[in-house]
Amino acid sequence: MVRFVIDGRSVEAEKGWTVLETARHYGIEIPTLCYMEGLTPYSSCRLCIVEIIRGGRSRLSASCSYPVQEGIEVRTNSEKVRRARKVIIELLLASCPNSRTLQCLASKYGVTKIRFRPEDRGCILCGLCVRMCKEQMQAGAIGFANRGTQREVAMPFHSRSEECRECGACLYVCPVCELPCPGPLRPGQLCNSCLDTVQIEAFPSKD
Amino acid sequence: MEQKAPELAAVEKYGGRRSCLIQILHETQREYHYLPEKALRNISKAMGIPMTDLYGVATFFKAFSLEPKGKHTITCCMGTACHVRNSQGVLDELRRCLGIEPGQTTDDMMFSLETVNCVGACALGPVVIIDGEYLGEVTPARAKKIVQRLMEGEGKD
Repeated sequence: MVRFVIDGRSVEAEKGWTVLETARHYGIEIPTLCYMEGLTPYSSCRLCIVEIIRGGRSRLSASCSYPVQEGIEVRTNSEKVRRARKVIIELLLASCPNSRTLQCLASKYGVTKIRFRPEDRGCILCGLCVRMCKEQMQAGAIGFANRGTQREVAMPFHSRSEECRECGACLYVCPVCELPCPGPLRPGQLCNSCLDTVQIEAFPSKD
Repeated sequence: MEQKAPELAAVEKYGGRRSCLIQILHETQREYHYLPEKALRNISKAMGIPMTDLYGVATFFKAFSLEPKGKHTITCCMGTACHVRNSQGVLDELRRCLGIEPGQTTDDMMFSLETVNCVGACALGPVVIIDGEYLGEVTPARAKKIVQRLMEGEGKD
């Protein structure tokens, strides 16, 4: 058993667990987008960042791929984490302004403005569809192609590959290719309609 | 006996090891001057690597091209040091001589023109690389001569 501290509570975890798994086991909420049980953690959305204090030093790290360690202190909702998380949501929204999932996250975590120029790419490159196709569907029909700003999820040579069985699992897991948030929204506008009802910031951690 | 496809020969040479994939792709590209879809499919089958992974690697690196390239590749360095020594003039001259833009290939599949943002030979600038041979202190006039010589050489054989 590995003993460490999450948000001031001492917790116990099995060796090999990640910080995210432990937090979820204890009912502590950490938002995620690119994490899904049964798929390898990919740490690309960065939403699950937490502050990890180890040997007196604090740093932000993606909890979905951080293995538990004896004696670390994890803060899932400190000021530093909240601020970083807001910027991450802002950045994700800038690349997919119509995503309902992202709009809801923005409301939940108190993002009230996007300072980046929105550019609808229809993909946040979270890799969920790629991992789903490969690991659960055993197909491996889609993958990442190109790099940098050109990076995209694609089939080889942009033609339908034989491996694709059109199972639709990639669409099912995609956090952004869904119907946009209902309501009269201009592109790039924030919905924020549930801002008043759910507010994580109303429950600040004890630090 | 039938000649083995170059990509399969490369796979065999490296024992089909996945860690040698880039080298295998390099050798394949050396033969074809680009990576044909068929060659990639052969490699995928021979090495048991999914086509998506292979496509990802082939598109990730700028050294690999999925488009057919000319027999000769002319690369003009556009890095800062070359730029201040008029590499733009050299590139303009190359474009004029070949009648193509950077990234394109002439219709007779003889020449491809590329640009690169520094080859690390700044003291030699402006640098032009022709089929892997580095030429330093190239002027527009010299660039023209180089291209003409290459064209003549091709006319002979």
